[in-house]
Formats: sequence, C-alpha cells, structure tokens
Amino acid sequence: MSGFDTIIEGVLLGGVYALFALGLSLIFGIMRLVNLAHGDLILLAAYLVLSATTALGLPLAAASLLVVAAMFVLGFVLQRLVLERVLGDDILPPLLVTFGLSIVIQNGLLLGYGADSRRLQAGAFESSSVTLASGLSVGLAPLTALVTAIAAVALLQLIFYRTSLGRAFRATADNPAIAQLMGVNERNVYAIAVGLSLAVSVIAAVVFGIRASFDPSIGPARLLYAFEAVIIGGLGSLWGTLAGGIVLGLAQAIGGRINPEWQILAGHLTFLAVLMVRPRGLFPARRT
Amino acid sequence: MSVESIDMPAGREECATDLPVWQIRVGTRLSRIAAVAGIVLVVALAALPAIASRNLIQDLIFVLTMLTLAQLWNVLAGWGGLVSVGQQAFVGLGAYALFAGIVMAGLDPVAAIPLAGLFAALIAALLGPLLFRLEGPYFAIGSWVAAEALRLICAQFKSLGGGTGMSISPGELSQMFGLKAVQTLLGLRPAAARDVLVYWLALLLAVLVTLGIYAFIRSRHGLALAASRDNAAAARSVGVRTGRIRHLLWIAVAFATGMVGAVVYLQKARISPDAAFSVTDWTAYVIFIVVIGGVRTIEGPMVGVLLLWGLVTWLAQYGSLYLVVLGTLAILIMLFMPRGVWGAAARRWQVQLFPTQRWLGRSARA
Repeated sequence: MSGFDTIIEGVLLGGVYALFALGLSLIFGIMRLVNLAHGDLILLAAYLVLSATTALGLPLAAASLLVVAAMFVLGFVLQRLVLERVLGDDILPPLLVTFGLSIVIQNGLLLGYGADSRRLQAGAFESSSVTLASGLSVGLAPLTALVTAIAAVALLQLIFYRTSLGRAFRATADNPAIAQLMGVNERNVYAIAVGLSLAVSVIAAVVFGIRASFDPSIGPARLLYAFEAVIIGGLGSLWGTLAGGIVLGLAQAIGGRINPEWQILAGHLTFLAVLMVRPRGLFPARRT
Repeated sequence: MSVESIDMPAGREECATDLPVWQIRVGTRLSRIAAVAGIVLVVALAALPAIASRNLIQDLIFVLTMLTLAQLWNVLAGWGGLVSVGQQAFVGLGAYALFAGIVMAGLDPVAAIPLAGLFAALIAALLGPLLFRLEGPYFAIGSWVAAEALRLICAQFKSLGGGTGMSISPGELSQMFGLKAVQTLLGLRPAAARDVLVYWLALLLAVLVTLGIYAFIRSRHGLALAASRDNAAAARSVGVRTGRIRHLLWIAVAFATGMVGAVVYLQKARISPDAAFSVTDWTAYVIFIVVIGGVRTIEGPMVGVLLLWGLVTWLAQYGSLYLVVLGTLAILIMLFMPRGVWGAAARRWQVQLFPTQRWLGRSARA
C-alpha cells in the first residue's frame, strides 16, 4: 500500500500548491504582472491569521475571513499606489519592485515575528482523518486542502465566465485600451484583480499553515512552487493550474519517498523536464 | 521629384565639398578625460595594497566583486532584457567548481578560476535553451528555479561537504600561484598575502568585465542586443539573430559570473550550498546596486556599489532591518527615480563619463 499512499499524499499536497498558484496565475492572466513577492505575501497572510487567532483570540475561521478582507484591501492599495506606476512595456520595473517588496516583507516578518517556526492551531481538525475505503484513510486537513483548491478554481471560473466583473477581467486581459473605451475602469479592474489574488492567497496560507510549520524565510520557495504549478499546468487555464499543482505534489511525494533529500529537487527537475518536453505545459488553454 | 534633387548627405568621396557629413558618434570630450582618470584610478587601486590595511583590502574585494556582478547583471537584464533572478546559480557553480578543482583534482587555485568560469558557462549553455522557452517575466522565476535545483544538486556531493559545506585549510592554499611572490614583495604573512592576491584578481576581473561590456555595448553587437530587447520582431526583420545573441550573452555572463564566484570563495576558503547559492547575497544586492545606481549605464553600478558599501558599513549591524531599508529604497528609487542616482544626474547635467548613447552629429570635416 505504501506506493498508493505516496500517490494520495502527492495529490493532496498538490491541492496546496494549486492554491499557492491561483493568485499568481490570476494577476498574470489579467495584467501580465509576475509578482515575485507572491510567496512572501502568502507568508504575511499566514502570520496575520496567526496574530488574529493568538492576539485577538478569534477562532480560525473568523480570523481567516478578517485577513481575507485585510489582504484584499492591501492588494487594492498596493496596485493603486505602487504597482500601477511601474506597469508598462518594460518588464524590468515591475519585476524589480515586486522583488524589493519580497525582501521587505520577508525581513519585516523576521523583525516582527522572529525566525522561529510557527503553526496555525486548528484543534482536533489537524489530526483527525476520514476513511475513504477499507484500509485507506486520509488526514482531514490535507483532504480539505484539496477540496478547497477545487472549490476555489470552480469559484474563480464562475467569476471569470458568469459575472460582469469576470467579463471586465477578460476584456481587460485581451485589450486594455478597447476595454476602457467600452466603459471598463481599467485601474479598478487591475486593483480588484490584485486584491482578489491576495484574498485567494489567504486561503492558501491558512490551508498550508495548518498542515505544516512555517517561518519567514520560506516565502520564495512558495513562489517557486506556485510558478512551477502554473507552468506545468499550462498558462491561461485555472484547471490546468490545479492539475499542475497535483503533478508537482506527486513529483515531490515520489522523490521524497525514494530519498527525503530529493523531495524538493524532484519537483524542480520535473518542472525542467516539462519545460523541455512540453514548453507550453501539460494542459495549455485551447484559445491562445 | 528627381533623385538628384533629394538633399543627400555627401558620400565619402565628396568630402571635399561644402556639404555637411552626418556621422554617428558615441564618445565625448568628457569621456576621453574620464578614460584617462579611469586608468589613473586603476593604477592607484593596483598599488593600494602597499599602504592599505587588511580590513580595507577585504572591503575592496567585496566592492570589486559586487561591482563586477552588477555590471554583468546590468548587461544581461538592462541591455539584454534577460531579467534573471538566478545569477546566484553561476556564483555557486563557480565556487563549487573551484573547490572541486582544488580538493578533488589538486589544481592550483588561480588556474582553477578560469576553469570554474568555463564550468558555469557550460551549465548555462545547457540551461539556456530550456529557460529561454519562458517569456519575459517568467524567465525571471525560471532562472530562480534553476538556481535552486543546482543548489540542491550541489548539496548532494558528500565529498564537497554535502548540505553543510566544507573549508579549505590554509595549508592547501599556501602553494598557490603567486602567493610567495606577494609575500616577499609586500612582506606579508600568508593569510594577508592571499587577500592581496585575491584583491588583484578581483580588480583584474572588474576592469576586464567593465571594459568588455563597455566595448560590447558600443559595438554593433550591442546595438543588435538592445534592438532584440526593444522589439524582437523588428530586430529580426533587419537581420539581427535575436535568439543567438541573447544565448551567447547568457553564456558569456555566466562565464564571468562563475569566475567572480570562484574569486569570492577563494578568499572565504569556506563554502556551503546555502551561502554560495544565496539569492540575497548574489542577486538581491546586485539588483539593488544596479537599480539605485542606474540601469543601462556603465557608471550606474559604480555609483550603486559605493552607496551599498556605505549602507553596509552603516546599517549591517541591524541585520533584517538593513534589508528592509535596502528593499524599500530600491522600490522608492524605481518609483520616483527609475533611471537611478547616476541616470538622473547624467540627465540633469548632461554628463556621460562612459557614453553608450549614439548621437547624430556633423563631422568635423564639414
């Protein structure tokens, strides 16, 4: 059964990676912005939830909702005050600004919270498991992560293709100038997109923070996993991103099973292999 | 309108007539003065170990190696549009190749430095075709992933210390090429003489890399590179082989970056995967230097590295706060002074010490 366990573990891990990736994929799709601070923003969200549960004494769900709102506002303001000024044809300024932001957040967290490992407390939920079939039981927390990832993709798909906000997103992604002529407020659409990206990242942070301990230095690695999931899955497809996350999770679980030191390396090598064999990803969007 | 009536600039054979001859120029009178001043400065820096303290020499090794890395990143990302966040890969590879050459192959450390560069270039040549499949900003994270993968692979080599790293004993370095000569020349102990030798190597690399980039940017190949960045399709339509020029640049930059890595770790004599492949030390600082000094100028990294040196000596004792300040400063510069300190000054006062812009001017003979 151990081989089967590894696969289950990998698929469930993939759910977390897909959640990391959704926020990154969202703003790249809409505004062609690659946010190098994405991983550190996930970490910031995890620490904010931690503070809300410990300092304010809120239950985890309420703390998460509060931080979702806070990060949405942060994303909106970040876009309006900072990112908006550097978006343009030159790819260098937005990359450098978000890279600077990554360093500021990472070291700011180190100053505020110290280098110790932390974890979000979810009570009995953390350790309980469900039996799917005889002899096959999975942890409730990892399973929730995967279900949350699927729900998040479904919800984002719904927003994209069934609401007027989604129409504005897609129109702006296709052609910002013409979208603006049609009455879309481009600045607001971009700011909402960044806000939404950070709000989704809070969900990723909570799901991750319950499963594993975290410290301020691990943000960049979250960015890399998110990025790998997006590229493996194929640009422009949210379901592809979910699949990419699962492929990455599987690669890490299998690599880690062979030798614990190879877990992360196996993920990176799988990414490079996909890049070599299918540079457009495994499940690219049909419309290009 | 007949062809004859168009007011054409005179050809070379007609120079004797009164018609003005248009000519593209890069140099200025100031740039010729700057060239002389530059030579004087390099000679002074080369002679400095005769009087300088060991602390100053070690500080200057930091300044010179960071300057070289910044010039290399500037040509890659600024002029070439290849915004890499993974240059620590080549610092680390160069450093590890140096240690492997000394410990496993018994090479002379000085001779191992160019080999370390070649090794970094070889890996870059293999990675390039993969990473170039990622467009623009995605190339940035892709290069970071590659650097992380290489860090984890280097940590697998138990003979090179695995994940915890290793040191080279001073004894192994005592027979290094040139060390005895430096000892007798300056009357120094082996450890101090090694710093001086590394300092001269760092100075040599900084001068060669800066001159090489300067010459490259002013050549027609530099123009082709800038054209590939600004509009790849248009560049191809006039005959620039955009893919090839970028790939060659990527390999050449990796070669020099690998040599810098080898020089840095020859001085440290202690290596670990986390330090040699550190994104903060070898990429964040380098990007900071270029951004604060001025992207796409030769002078920018020089100004930037001096500012970084000042900030390091002033703020480094505060640890994380120091990096928060650096990051914030970089963001503010990018927002309000996107050309950097030097770029803004050069624009305001029309000063260019190492001009790379092309001017259309009338020839003196007209």
